[in-house]
Amino acid sequence: MITLTLDGVRVQAQEGETILQAAKRAGIRIPTLCYLEGLSPRGACRLCLVEVRTWGGRLVPACATPVQEGMEVVANSERLRELRRAILEMLFAERNHICAFCVSNGHCELQDLAAELGMDHVRYPYRWLPFSVDLSHAKYGIDHNRCVLCGRCVRACAEVEGAATWGFSGRGIFTLVEADLGEPWGQSKTCTGCGKCVQACPTGALFEKGKATSEQVKRPAILLEITERRPRA
Amino acid sequence: MPRLRVATVWFSGCSGCHMSFLDLDERLLEFAERAELVFSPLVDPKEFPDDVDVVLIEGAVGNTEHLHTLLEIRKKAKVLVAFGDCAVTGNVPSLRNPIPREEVLQAVYGPEDPPGLEEGEVPKLLPQALPLHAVVPVDLFLPGCPPSADRIWAFLRPLLHGQTPALPASERKFG
Ligand code: SF4
Ligand code: SF4
Ligand code: SF4
Ligand code: FES
Repeated sequence: MITLTLDGVRVQAQEGETILQAAKRAGIRIPTLCYLEGLSPRGACRLCLVEVRTWGGRLVPACATPVQEGMEVVANSERLRELRRAILEMLFAERNHICAFCVSNGHCELQDLAAELGMDHVRYPYRWLPFSVDLSHAKYGIDHNRCVLCGRCVRACAEVEGAATWGFSGRGIFTLVEADLGEPWGQSKTCTGCGKCVQACPTGALFEKGKATSEQVKRPAILLEITERRPRA
Repeated sequence: MPRLRVATVWFSGCSGCHMSFLDLDERLLEFAERAELVFSPLVDPKEFPDDVDVVLIEGAVGNTEHLHTLLEIRKKAKVLVAFGDCAVTGNVPSLRNPIPREEVLQAVYGPEDPPGLEEGEVPKLLPQALPLHAVVPVDLFLPGCPPSADRIWAFLRPLLHGQTPALPASERKFG
């Protein structure tokens, strides 16, 4: 067993566990977006940043950093609140999030995080770049205007479904998640149509066709359920 | 105690936020005890008065008239509130923002000299519909499309009693 402190509270953790897992057990809330139980951590969104006092105040993603004996971690502070809010604002400024006009309105992790973290407006200038919507798949659609590039779809498809349909193309804010080598999703030769990516997506970027906004409730927990049910080798 | 001088303004929005304000129903009586509506689409005066305590502005800044009016209002109002998502984020009017202004106007009015392209009988359309805080400092933000009457009241009531509103997370959501 490893002992560390989280916001001044002594917490026990297993070797190899992450700061996020230890915090969860101790009932300490750390906001996350790209992390999803059942998928490998990626450390992509930085919303779960915590400060490690014993590493000279270094900021590390809690979802991807293993615990260490004697580690002192700050999970909630004014500095972290400000940083997390700034990260959220950049996500909103970078794509076109119009909640009132979104399939995920009312069931969106990004929208909930904004409310939770007190983001009452976006201080950065909006980019308002045009992004496309691909409706070529028989059952699902993808709207790049709402994508936060968290990669949950990429990992769900590769790690749980084993199809590896999704990948990233382009760079920086022009990065896009793309099916296969960039052809329309509906023409993908690898996609099985299982919908795991849709269930894993935290925003309105991936959605089910033919469902009204009120019915567009995602089941991200299903990824963990499937991996737990699977017989281990 | 003198009543608070409150104004409401309607820019590029659907008036849903104003409809929600009217949904305050019997709470409007308490509002009227504490405040006087000195300027609003809901009352007669046509000139924005000089000393306004609180102004609620619905809608994005979509054209040059909104722009000039907003700059004037900022000089005359003590507390400026971005009232609803269009005022806070640009929201629905900002759907046009990734598309060039000329294309939007021509798609709506036809290719020949569409109104709003230049200053004329209708004000010139800005290249993009802007949230209020992109133009002037905004003191308080009230999100929602539209904010429900309950949310508006949770926000207004403290203001009427000289306090700063602090909405719980559930009442801060966009959309
Ligand atoms: S994805 Fe979420 S935050 Fe973005 S517009 Fe849709 S509901 Fe709003
Ligand atoms: S539907 Fe299944 S196979 Fe197709 S892209 Fe999504 S996760 Fe991969
Ligand atoms: S489509 Fe959804 S799950 Fe995939 S990267 Fe974008 S936001 Fe994340
Ligand atoms: S949740 Fe840890 S970096 Fe995204």
